[in-house]
Amino acid sequence: MLKRKDLRLPRLGLRFIPVWRRNFLVWRKLALPALLGNLADPAFYMLGLGYGLGKLLPEVDGMPYLTFLAAGTVCYSTLNSASFEALYSGFSRMHVQKTWDAILNAPLILDDVLLGEMVWIVSKSLLSGLAILVIIWLLGLYHSFGLTLWIVPVIVLMGFCFTGMALVVNALSPNYDFFLYYFTLVVTPMVLLCGVFFPADQLPPLLQELAAFLPLSHAVGLVRALLSGRIPSEIPLHLGVLAAYGGMGYYLGLALTRRRLQK
Amino acid sequence: MLSARGLRKRYGAMEVVAGVDLTIRAGECFGLLGPNGAGKTTALRLLLGLTDPDGGEIRMLGYPVPEQARLARMQVGVVPQADNLDPEFTVRENLRIYGRYFGWRDHAIDARIPALLEFAGLSHRADAKIQALSGGMQRRLTLARALINDPALIFLDEPTTGLDPQARHMMWQGLRRLINQGKTIVLTTHFMEEAERLGDRVSIMDQGKVVATGSPRELINRYIEPQVVEVYGEGASDWAETCGAPLCARLERVGETLFCYTRESDALMHRLCQQDAVRYLSRPANLEDVFLKLTGRDLRD
Repeated sequence: MLKRKDLRLPRLGLRFIPVWRRNFLVWRKLALPALLGNLADPAFYMLGLGYGLGKLLPEVDGMPYLTFLAAGTVCYSTLNSASFEALYSGFSRMHVQKTWDAILNAPLILDDVLLGEMVWIVSKSLLSGLAILVIIWLLGLYHSFGLTLWIVPVIVLMGFCFTGMALVVNALSPNYDFFLYYFTLVVTPMVLLCGVFFPADQLPPLLQELAAFLPLSHAVGLVRALLSGRIPSEIPLHLGVLAAYGGMGYYLGLALTRRRLQK
Repeated sequence: MLSARGLRKRYGAMEVVAGVDLTIRAGECFGLLGPNGAGKTTALRLLLGLTDPDGGEIRMLGYPVPEQARLARMQVGVVPQADNLDPEFTVRENLRIYGRYFGWRDHAIDARIPALLEFAGLSHRADAKIQALSGGMQRRLTLARALINDPALIFLDEPTTGLDPQARHMMWQGLRRLINQGKTIVLTTHFMEEAERLGDRVSIMDQGKVVATGSPRELINRYIEPQVVEVYGEGASDWAETCGAPLCARLERVGETLFCYTRESDALMHRLCQQDAVRYLSRPANLEDVFLKLTGRDLRD
């Protein structure tokens, strides 16, 4: 049960900055393996599947398959990066290394710590999304360079969205194994339903309706339109869904983490 | 400096802190003693404002806690029970990163680091990784980290648990230096020797309540006879019934050991000299005797 004090609105302030800097310094020390895991892996999938399957598929949704897949991969890469950082790394800092406990003994409160984590994870997932975007730029997989620049803020919003969701799972998790439920039951089905690898309209109608409620569909909708040179339709809806998942996730994640750590 | 009135904290059906009053004066070293599960750590978390009490009032350094605990913690240092140093960072980086949480600029933090390293005896290990440090070194670094903001009040939760005697004495020396500098210290421990050496005053907690408060010497005078004769061996209990009991004020039997508490041990010792079947030891009463008398000898896990 969440108590009223757990549900207080987040107190936002600049005290999160040293928390962000702490995580950034750790990342800088371990940058090479982190870069490989987070950036190179989705890129290899995109290029391998894009070229391999692309030969068999003349056009998907009116564009070459590689371009189609590139839009999905920007989102997939951001999703993956945010989820892994918020869950495995975040859980280490919260539960295993007790880094958060150490910070909370200083004059910071949990709201500061979670905001620092949020901004850090968004920064890191921005890097993962951007890496794919850079490949897109290098390979010229776009119609209008100007429109592709709008993908950058979309990646930030996506990072916010998926971090918020993951923070809820992190707050509820007894151990690392628990994350497998989230990846298997939420992340993977979402990736398959939301048009990352193939158009969602290939799915049975019921699943399509379900997909419309998942934030990844909205992220993919925005990025794919921007890559193919169109101004996306239903921009407020797409942005609204991503912001709502992120905002609700962040708020609920903070409330659950308060219950967990301040009991 | 720090006061708590009627502090309460309940977890489910268990009242872990059940009406605790504490007053800690500026410049003293205050020991909070108690068996495992007595509520010491929860009491510390309440005092620091890390969890909200179900009842009671706390004031720390002039601020109401938990409402303004964050402001109070600007002037507080904490050594937690389990080390939570950052394993990815070096000794120096751990201090620098921690200083930033207090809003300090890097140059101001860096100016303090050499003195803290010297204090912790880690000057030669400034650039070592945490994993390369011994348990005692990690503990000293955690203490140095708690001093990064030059706190007026320092909390230590079982600072020497798990340390070998050398490391423990080194820690005690460090704490002595802090006391001499005029810092106020609150420490929890279940090592009575530690409390007796360092504590100006101690409170003994049991089952969420403070059962006694005073200087170690006062508590010994108030609760216990000044001399203890311990008698061991198979003949001990026979001896107790026939000769020992009349000669001591209070007699306690724990397994095959007898604890004879007395105001005057000479007669007892004289009798014991004539016994061949028993081994014995006469010593002054200490805080551990008080502790065991007040909290009982039952295991608490």
